[in-house]
Amino acid sequence: MYTTGAAHLSAAVTGGASLGTVGTIVALIYLVSAAAFVIGLHLMNSPATARRGNQLSAAGMILAVAATLAKIVDDGSITGVGWAVMGSGALIGAVAGQRMARRVQMTAIPQLVSLFNAVGGGAAAVLAVSSFVRLTEVDHRSLSGRDEVSTVLDVIIGAVTFSGSLIAAGKLQGWISGSPVTFRGARALNVGLGLAALGGAAALLAGTDSLAALIVVVIAALVFGITMVLPIGGADMPVVISLLNSFTGLAVAMAGFVIDNSGLIIAGALVGASGAILTKLMADAMNRSIGNIILGGFGTGDSAAGFAPDAGGSITRLSAEDAAIQLAYAEKVIIVPGYGLAAAQAQHELRALGDLLEGQGVTVSYAIHPVAGRMPGHMNVLLAEANVPYTELKEMDEANPEFPTTDVALVVGANDVTNPAARRADTPISGMPILDVDRARRVIVIKRSMGHGYAGIDNELYTLDNTGMFFADAKAGLAEIAAAVKALVGV
Amino acid sequence: MSTGLLTDISVFILALLVGFEVISKVPATLHTPLMSASNAIHGVVIVGAMVTGAEAHSTAGYILAFVASAFAAMNVVGGYSVTDRMLQMFRKRPGAGTDRRPDGKA
Repeated sequence: MYTTGAAHLSAAVTGGASLGTVGTIVALIYLVSAAAFVIGLHLMNSPATARRGNQLSAAGMILAVAATLAKIVDDGSITGVGWAVMGSGALIGAVAGQRMARRVQMTAIPQLVSLFNAVGGGAAAVLAVSSFVRLTEVDHRSLSGRDEVSTVLDVIIGAVTFSGSLIAAGKLQGWISGSPVTFRGARALNVGLGLAALGGAAALLAGTDSLAALIVVVIAALVFGITMVLPIGGADMPVVISLLNSFTGLAVAMAGFVIDNSGLIIAGALVGASGAILTKLMADAMNRSIGNIILGGFGTGDSAAGFAPDAGGSITRLSAEDAAIQLAYAEKVIIVPGYGLAAAQAQHELRALGDLLEGQGVTVSYAIHPVAGRMPGHMNVLLAEANVPYTELKEMDEANPEFPTTDVALVVGANDVTNPAARRADTPISGMPILDVDRARRVIVIKRSMGHGYAGIDNELYTLDNTGMFFADAKAGLAEIAAAVKALVGV
Repeated sequence: MSTGLLTDISVFILALLVGFEVISKVPATLHTPLMSASNAIHGVVIVGAMVTGAEAHSTAGYILAFVASAFAAMNVVGGYSVTDRMLQMFRKRPGAGTDRRPDGKA
């Protein structure tokens, strides 16, 4: 059993025959890499060890690539053109990836992850087509059932991920409308695409080994990726990206089945599982099912359902000076940053105000809703970039018991996740976990207007007696309040 | 079903379970870097791109090998760099007036 398992670790490079010395070493190195991936992910349990975990995982990757290079050289079947083509491709890809990773703004992380995810899924799909072409057109072999099933799955998942992730990145970047894009006949088109993919897959599984059938499957999957993501709203993109990340993992695992390489199978399955868990966590935090998000339909026409009996109650307007007085003379302030903060790129201004208050002896912490920002945990990255120590960042379960003893809760660009209506039945956000901001003695909300959040309902927080509204852009508003605090305390 | 396929399926299922087990303990604070890190790990597809690319002997094969290696290299290099950049910020302690220990335990 063990020998069989080991043999298959590198059967791809040995052609399934018995292992030579090099083959055995390469197989063992793949195993070491896989262990590095698992331990690396495990180290991400804590911010203190996370960086080391990622570096360990990268070291495992370098080992795997080096071992594969050694095996290719030892094998000797690669042509000069093959080296040139692969080398130049890898160089171009590596340089492009590195430059983008270096230059990206932290607010744009979600679209970059989505882009890298797209090319990963694309590579998995291309690899399967490449393997198929070589087996059928060059070697004139017929595919085994295993090859057919894994190729079809790899190509479908990989191609859907490729086009879907590109659309998701485009929506987040603002190149494609963030609002749900729907068109007449979308359902018919999707059914048609499904049938085309099924037909192509059936032809392949029937043993025709037809390249045309495979191309039909690829095209149908590519178009389906587009029609799947286009109708989903921009605010749901984080869930979609997480789901597509999981898909890419599965596509890579299927690629591992195609070329019989357990390194790919293990790493792909790990990522598939992690993406699935993250997707579930996010969907739960938004109080929605994954199916509901993918099928769309939230906030389309049911927005009247959420009006509170006392909606339209009076609001209290604050000036920057009012807000400054409340903040500067508080003992304990909890800041609640949300999507609007990320959109305004105001994390540095927020940090400056937080520091200023701490300098006045105010206890400042930050309460982060799991879906604040544009991706799960995105707000934590933005605040880390602004030098807020992660020990001051409180997760929802940690922060909620703190609000009743808090003098001022400062809400910046967060909306639905602070709406007390979620505690009642019969609102679109009922049951959604929220931050108990309204239980603080005073609430200051920095917001551009009374506009609705993503759920499309009034936020009852804004009309409470202890809430003051400061209407301003997050970035300018925070700077104004900081200036007012400075003037007040004379620093 | 061949022993080889059975082994591969076993490895796949067990790796899925390991993934669930390892990831479900990660705090929400690290979810974005985690997604980015797992995104980098599926860049292991570069190994597959190299293996199939090495066997290419036709024009179509070369084109596909080029595309696959460029895509996979972008995924793996970009993924690890951007994750490292993010996590580096988590390590950084604030410059002024704090007495927090760098290991994150208050």
